[in-house]
Amino acid sequence: MQAVAASKLRRVQVRAEAARPYADRMAEVLTEVASRTTGSPHPFLTERPIKKRLLILVTADRGLAGGLNVNAIRVALTYIRQGEETVLDTIGRKGRDYFRRLGVPIIAEVSGTGDRPELKDILPAVTVARDEYLKGSVDQVALVHTHFASISRLVPTVSILIPVQVPERKEGIRVDYLYEPEPEEVLARLLPRYVEAQVYAAVLDNLASFYAAQTIAMRNATDNAGELIDDLTMLRNKVRQATITKELSEIVGGAEALAAG
Amino acid sequence: MADKLHVDIVTVEGRRFKGDADFVVAPGSEGELGILPRHIPLLTPLAPGSVKVRNEGEEQFFFVSGGFLEVRPDQVTVLADSAERADDIDEARAEEARRRAESLLQQKLSDVDQAAATTALARAEARLRLAELRRRRRV
Repeated sequence: MQAVAASKLRRVQVRAEAARPYADRMAEVLTEVASRTTGSPHPFLTERPIKKRLLILVTADRGLAGGLNVNAIRVALTYIRQGEETVLDTIGRKGRDYFRRLGVPIIAEVSGTGDRPELKDILPAVTVARDEYLKGSVDQVALVHTHFASISRLVPTVSILIPVQVPERKEGIRVDYLYEPEPEEVLARLLPRYVEAQVYAAVLDNLASFYAAQTIAMRNATDNAGELIDDLTMLRNKVRQATITKELSEIVGGAEALAAG
Repeated sequence: MADKLHVDIVTVEGRRFKGDADFVVAPGSEGELGILPRHIPLLTPLAPGSVKVRNEGEEQFFFVSGGFLEVRPDQVTVLADSAERADDIDEARAEEARRRAESLLQQKLSDVDQAAATTALARAEARLRLAELRRRRRV
């Protein structure tokens, strides 16, 4: 199972890599457009006083992955306790089940997305979050997922999705686009896509973390089992030795008793 | 060297096309656009339709359900929505996710918890048996 998890990890990493070009270009374009628009900013870019928050919690559907889900849940708990009332929008079974038992309101849930999540699988969760924000029933949308830094460093992370944090401009020439229609309109269409792309990236990142955690958990299990086998083998040999010694001494004792008689 | 456009068609799930072209036609939201090399920088949303990429007489078509088109003098990037999405479908799916969460809350905890408790019990028993074995070994 360790080998299975390791090979799945590689496959997920390839998928995460494939999503990169879109995310990168999207970020570049967004930075450009956002710096270009004037007038009343889009609601996704406007900070407003926070009365209620929504948290999108990304966890795995399955366990056997060490502390992966527990750590993400702990980070989510800290977020929930530090501040205003929070409702949840869960992606993945583990987080959903935990908070359901705890009684935190869950307004939408997506699970069973498997090893090859597609954008359309997770869109419902994002759409609900977006609608709640636009309706004004929540004033901030945050995201918790486990970031895959390396196979031995899996970091549960909180990030703010809405209001959207426009990425910093990288060095380079400004491109003066011709907009069709107006920049404001283009921006209004870009922002939701940007949020979706971020959540999708987080789901893939989390999946990579899941298989990394599972690989490690399985390796530990194999090591522990090996130790146990060694211990038990030793025990068996000792018991066998003891039995033989006992039988021998009985035979010898019997023979001596006969000779003496 | 002849002028070429570097075309990149990407979706959130991966790259669909990368290569050179002499001419690109895309369904802009305000109307069909034909792009030749040295086009002025342009950014526009896309309407559902097909993107045509022509290179040395050969034409390729890509269906997009929407997205964005970014044009630079020597470069065309299509940030395509995946073909399967449409706003009404998305809304229906969102509604379903909401309903699922609600019905979960109404369900009794019993069966899920029952299963969880059973596994926990089995695990605890296994651990006890193991402890027992180890203790006997030390005697």
